[in-house]
Order: sequence, then C-alpha cells, then structure tokens
Amino acid sequence: MNIASTLVTSRPDRSLTLTDRVARGLGWFSLGLGLAEIVAPGKLGRALGLEGKETLLRAYGGREIGAGIWALSDTPAPAIWARVAGDIVDLGTLAAGLRGGDDSQRRNAFIALAAVGGITLVDLLTAMSLSAETTENKGETGRDYSDRSGFPGGADKARGAARDFKTPAEYRSTPVEEPKRVSGELEPA
Amino acid sequence: MKALVWHGKQDIRCDTIPDPEIEDPKDAIIKVTSCAICGSDLHLFHNYIPAMMPGDVIGHEMMGEVVETGSDVSKLKKGDRIVIPFTINCDECDQCRRGNYSLCERSNRNKAMADKVFGHATAGLFGYTHLTGGYQGGQAEYLRVPFAEGTHIPVPDSLTDEQALFLGDIFPTGWQAAVQCDIQPTDTVAIWGAGPVGQMAIRSAILLGAKQVVAIDRLPERLSMAEAAGAITINFEDESVVERLNDLTQGKGPEKCIDCVGLEAHATGHIDSMMDRVKQATMMESDRPHVLREMIYVCRGAGVLSIPGVYGGLVDKIPFGMAMNKGLTFRMGQTHVRRWTKDLTRRIEEGQIDPSFVITHTARLEEGPGMYRTFEQKNDSCIKVMLKP
Repeated sequence: MNIASTLVTSRPDRSLTLTDRVARGLGWFSLGLGLAEIVAPGKLGRALGLEGKETLLRAYGGREIGAGIWALSDTPAPAIWARVAGDIVDLGTLAAGLRGGDDSQRRNAFIALAAVGGITLVDLLTAMSLSAETTENKGETGRDYSDRSGFPGGADKARGAARDFKTPAEYRSTPVEEPKRVSGELEPA
Repeated sequence: MKALVWHGKQDIRCDTIPDPEIEDPKDAIIKVTSCAICGSDLHLFHNYIPAMMPGDVIGHEMMGEVVETGSDVSKLKKGDRIVIPFTINCDECDQCRRGNYSLCERSNRNKAMADKVFGHATAGLFGYTHLTGGYQGGQAEYLRVPFAEGTHIPVPDSLTDEQALFLGDIFPTGWQAAVQCDIQPTDTVAIWGAGPVGQMAIRSAILLGAKQVVAIDRLPERLSMAEAAGAITINFEDESVVERLNDLTQGKGPEKCIDCVGLEAHATGHIDSMMDRVKQATMMESDRPHVLREMIYVCRGAGVLSIPGVYGGLVDKIPFGMAMNKGLTFRMGQTHVRRWTKDLTRRIEEGQIDPSFVITHTARLEEGPGMYRTFEQKNDSCIKVMLKP
C-alpha cells in the first residue's frame, strides 16, 4: 500500500471515492483556468511577466479546457496525468517569467510558481491514486466461463428447442416459402 | 429501510430512507429478497439518461414477497413470491391490451413531461428517471408496486430466486430481441455485446433455432460465456467484425443483427467511435451509436436490425441512406416483459434454460455501490451482479 492508494479510501457503500471527488474538482478548476487564459491572456501575461505571450497563454487555455472536459468524464485518470504533464510545462513557462519584468511581476510570477507547484503535487497524487485504484480493483480478468452454457440439457439439445414458439404477426418478416432455385443456385431476378 | 440512492454522476450510496407505504388502493408492497444491477443502470450511473434527481432510489430488476396490499388488490396476498417487471402495467389501457406493456398509457405519472420529450409518453418504469414516472427503484429492502395486479410475475415454488429474478428484465429482453428477428432455421444472427442481455439474446436465438449465432465483444470472459452456449465469437479488438461476418455468411452478411450495446459503445480503433466519444464528452451528441452504424453496414439486404440496447437521445451520422436502399427493417423498444414471461417461466421449469448461469457476483445490498464500480469497470471478470438486501 503506497501513499497514492491510501487516498482512494474505497467504501463499499459509496461508489465515489475521495480521489474521484478531487479529480472532479481538478476538472472544474481546469475549465475555469482555461477559460481565463483564453478570455484574458493579456491581463494574465502582464501580471505574470509574460507580456507578448498571449498566443501561448491562449493555447494553454485550450489545453486546460480539454483536460477539464476529460477529467469530468467517466475515465478521468488519463486527463489527470495530462494535467501533470501540463503543470510541468506551466512551471517552465513561469520560471521564464522570473527572469524578466519588474519586481511586482517577478513577485507575482513567484506566487504563481508556488501555486502551480502545489497544484502539481495534488495532480500527481490524484493521478497516482486513480491509477492505483484501477490496478488494485482490477481483480482476475479473463476468467473462463465456458462451463456456463445456461442450458441444463446441454447446448446441442438446446438448439431449436423453442421452435414451438409462434412469432407474433407484427414481428414476422421472412417469407414463409423458400426462394426458388435455378440450376441449384439462387439467381438474381 | 436501506436502499441504493442516486446522488449524481457515478455517485450511488447505500442510504437509510423511509419505508414505502401504500399510496393507492392498487398498490402492493414487497419485501425485496433479490435484486440485480442492470447494464442500463450504468447509463443512469454515468448520467447519460436525463431526469434523474438526487435522492432517487435506483434499480429495476427485483423480486420478493408481498407484505402488504391495497384495498383494490385481490390477485395478490401476503406471502406471495413474485418477480416485478421493470415496466409498470395498468393492464387496462389500449397498449396493455395489445401486449405493448412498455407503452402503458396510464402508468407514467409524469405523462405531461414525457409527452413533450418523446411526443407520446411511454410506460412508468421502476428507478429509471422522472421521464418514466420517477418511481422508486428496487435496489432496496422494500418496494412499492403500483398497479400491482398487472405489475407482477408469479414465481413457481420450484424456481430459486437466481432462476426467477431475470424474468423481470434481461431474459425477456434478450428473448424479445430474438423474437423481433423472426428467426428462421437458415439464419445467421449476429449479436453485438455479450453482456447480460447479449448472453440472454444468444441463448434465445439458439433456442429459437438459428443456424449460427455470432457474439461480438472484446472481453474474454464474456466471449467464453457466449461460446459455452454454442455461439461463434468475434473479439472486435483482434479482428474485423465486418470481414469475419462476411466470411461466415459467404459474403452476404447476417440476415439478423441484434444491438445489445446501446448508447455507450466502446471506443474502438474506428474513427467514428472516437469522434462519438469526443462529441459525447462535449455534449454535442448524447449517444455513441457505433454498433448501429456497423449493423446497418454489414446486415444482409432485406435483413432485420433488432435493438434492445438502450439509447437515450440523439445519435449522429447514422447512414440512413444505406439502410433505406438495403430495405432493412428496424425493430426496437423497451421490453414488453409480461408478454413473454408465462412462456419463459415454463421454459425454465422444463429445463430448457436456467438464467442463473449469468450471475458472476453476489453481494449484500450495502455493498451495491462498490459493485457498481466493479460492474462498470468490468473488474474481476464481472458480468452480472445479484444483490441480497
């Protein structure tokens, strides 16, 4: 049991684990951040010492929205891993912001760097936990059920055993008569 | 009582809620002895079918013992052992008299809303959204059964719960899917999806005498269960469904095709299924109809497509021109359960079939929410979960 799997907190009387809830929160956070990056890249850029990089910020916004939608789907694990990768890219971009701009911008970039660092940790733990959940719950796959025919008298005897059933008129679709054969082969009209 | 309660997407909890009471003279209350998680419950679990409300009790496969009856109920008495069909039937309206029980005109108490959404309302269903009446479901210790005289299936003493439970949904659903095909001894019947309904459809097609039955899935455990009944299997992750079906039919395609998958078709390597996944996630399409497209493509001209798989709303890029030009017949709908159950009960009693073969997991009701995850993720080779309240 590692730190990731302890976050799963699986309870049989609840279908959602703590990890699932955190993943959803991250999904909504992604959507919000992505929207901000697309709608106001200039403001964000100025605040973080990334002036002139509005196009890049918009692209990051698109990435965040994609990850957010995916994280809110019924298979969030790949989306959270994608967020971890995105976080690393964000950290690199913000680190660049530390080198330029004025004191205020460098301070903002430092705060943003610390915030993204914290989010990266949450993303990483959540992604690891979701993956652990998937692995630990998998159980035995591909079990052989070839002894479960469902026919107490055997599969061979079952074939056609219900031919006494009369198909209701509204479900009949096949002509009762066999199509005519010419020279032993069916021929098109 | 304890019940499995829907709180939101993928959020089902075992809660304690008030016991149901008789609300109408036609009601009965049963103590649920067995219930099951249905594949279509997963559509609600994933919130793909609209109009579930937090607090709704889920579940529509259940059986039990009558503990109380309303003053207008004379055909049932305390202690009677019954299976409850998932469709609620008044037994008196025009549709019920025609045997179209899933279209009962009186049992949907949210008829006005359903009329707006569907054009004309369908029957009330247990635990299956407010569009079908908002009735409490049967994954619970007790259940109120409206129109109880029409909404039950008597259980012979000779049958166990495991043998009888599936008379309420998946067995007649698989049976109706096969019956809708009007199977002939020369027919090849291709069945997409070897989950619980698919397994029942496979066995129904074999009992009805199809020349060959082909099961299509990707999970080895499901395919092994299909083979056990005598089906030919296709793992769609390993081979082309279209090529193999054409090979099996001398290039002509199967006469009859059955969709036991419905709106959550697995994303395969096909571009259309990947696009469906994206469109569904971004709310541009409610359903993922890859199986429908494939059936229309591969089915022999003048063939029949039978669709018991549940669809919830809008599907995109259906090749309707192909269907029209090939003269295909589409038959679909929720199952008219009680239309078939007298005959099917006899067939179980006579030993033609024992539906308990499909149960792979049995758990207590309290473990139900966890079993939803097990079933959803196909963990532990899970095919069918039976719950014991």
